Amino acid sequence: MDKIFTRFGDGTPTYLSERELMADLVAGAEDAADRGEIPVLAEDELQHLADIFKMPGKIVSVERGREIVLSYDAGTLKIRRVGVNVERVQALQIYEKIMGADTMELNHVDYSFKPLKPIVTMEQPVLEQALLTTHIPLFYGAMPNLGLYTQPDGPFPNPAKLMPEGKIEEALKAHEQCVEDAVKDIVTVGIAMYEGGADGLNIDSVGAAGDADFQAALLATEQLKKRFPDWCIEIGMSGEFILGMHGGLTYDGVRLAGLYAHDQVKLAQKAGATIFGPVVNTDTDETLPWNLARAVTFMKACGEAATIPIHPNMGMGVGAVTVNDHPPVDAVSRASKAMVELCRLDGL
Amino acid sequence: MAIAHAHTSGMGGTRAAGDLVARMQMSRGMKIAEAKAYVAEKLKISIEELTDPVIMTEVRQDMGLGVMSPQPDDAKGMEAKFRIAELLDIDINCVQRFKRKTA
Repeated sequence: MDKIFTRFGDGTPTYLSERELMADLVAGAEDAADRGEIPVLAEDELQHLADIFKMPGKIVSVERGREIVLSYDAGTLKIRRVGVNVERVQALQIYEKIMGADTMELNHVDYSFKPLKPIVTMEQPVLEQALLTTHIPLFYGAMPNLGLYTQPDGPFPNPAKLMPEGKIEEALKAHEQCVEDAVKDIVTVGIAMYEGGADGLNIDSVGAAGDADFQAALLATEQLKKRFPDWCIEIGMSGEFILGMHGGLTYDGVRLAGLYAHDQVKLAQKAGATIFGPVVNTDTDETLPWNLARAVTFMKACGEAATIPIHPNMGMGVGAVTVNDHPPVDAVSRASKAMVELCRLDGL
Repeated sequence: MAIAHAHTSGMGGTRAAGDLVARMQMSRGMKIAEAKAYVAEKLKISIEELTDPVIMTEVRQDMGLGVMSPQPDDAKGMEAKFRIAELLDIDINCVQRFKRKTA
């Protein structure tokens, strides 16, 4: 066979021989297996991936009947980000009526729970109006974003300044104080959005500030589910690995630092999350086959560990999708097909 | 990118039955196979037909579930969600609130 067209993780086009293609698939799967201490992909799974890359069409797709649900984080924000000058209710209608979205998410441009708390009564009427005019399930979404709780942006001392000064105890305490305040903010905004009629809450980009960030999301989920047992809460991650910025934080006796998706999902389930959105980062120096085999290996393990629906993140820079503002359809469709066909996914 | 995913592996939203299957994941925590089977049974169609826009447009219009290109007198917005809640035997948060405010 002639050289196979594919790309690097940053989207740069490249060509691989069949031997090079298979070598990259094996290396990507082995990297994930080594880091996550999970099984590598079987030979037939690697061959299925190779077959997807060898398909001649620019776009590929899953077989009829194997489609999954799509959820969208920061949906209304993305319409504004590309400079389309419509209000948020109109943005939701565009997703529903023009793009055929299965679900949608209302959010504020300042996509964090802390700044939302003082303006939540301005957000509720927008949600209520959106719910009157749309059909599809509507989330409200924001990030825990614990970075906003430390000085100069927030009330608590900054661990990044305390640690180099050797003030370890003070730094650890500051992380723990951030968690307490973040949980209060997430719960306050969550209650307001439940009362506004939202179908669900998306606690998004969880773990962006490390283990304290993840702990805050889990504790807030637990509190909201106690109050509203039938409400949908989705926990969407920011990265593949929980950074140990504190290092000693736990949930249900499990240390959070260092967890990959297949262990994260178990804690999300315990906290009461309805849907979990795991992440695998894209490496721009490696090829798409390497990244995709790696992402599939991680997500397959996550799917096997999950008892709740999982919607892996496959936006720009995650889930083997290229790190580029305009991800190519050949790359996205191959990644999308492979993830759905080889992992036990319920959505993306 | 959202469009690429929708064409490759998506259920088609209100063009088909994507929103209905999503509601079963969200309200009952159903995994994808269970959610599809539940919705297909309620609609009295096959799993493959859940993503067929021609069949689903007819089904949605007949059952008042809302469609992507609504015609005069088709159920829209909240009207469609009343029917969806009834069909799927689920509580939809905003429908419950609407009922309380208008009863």
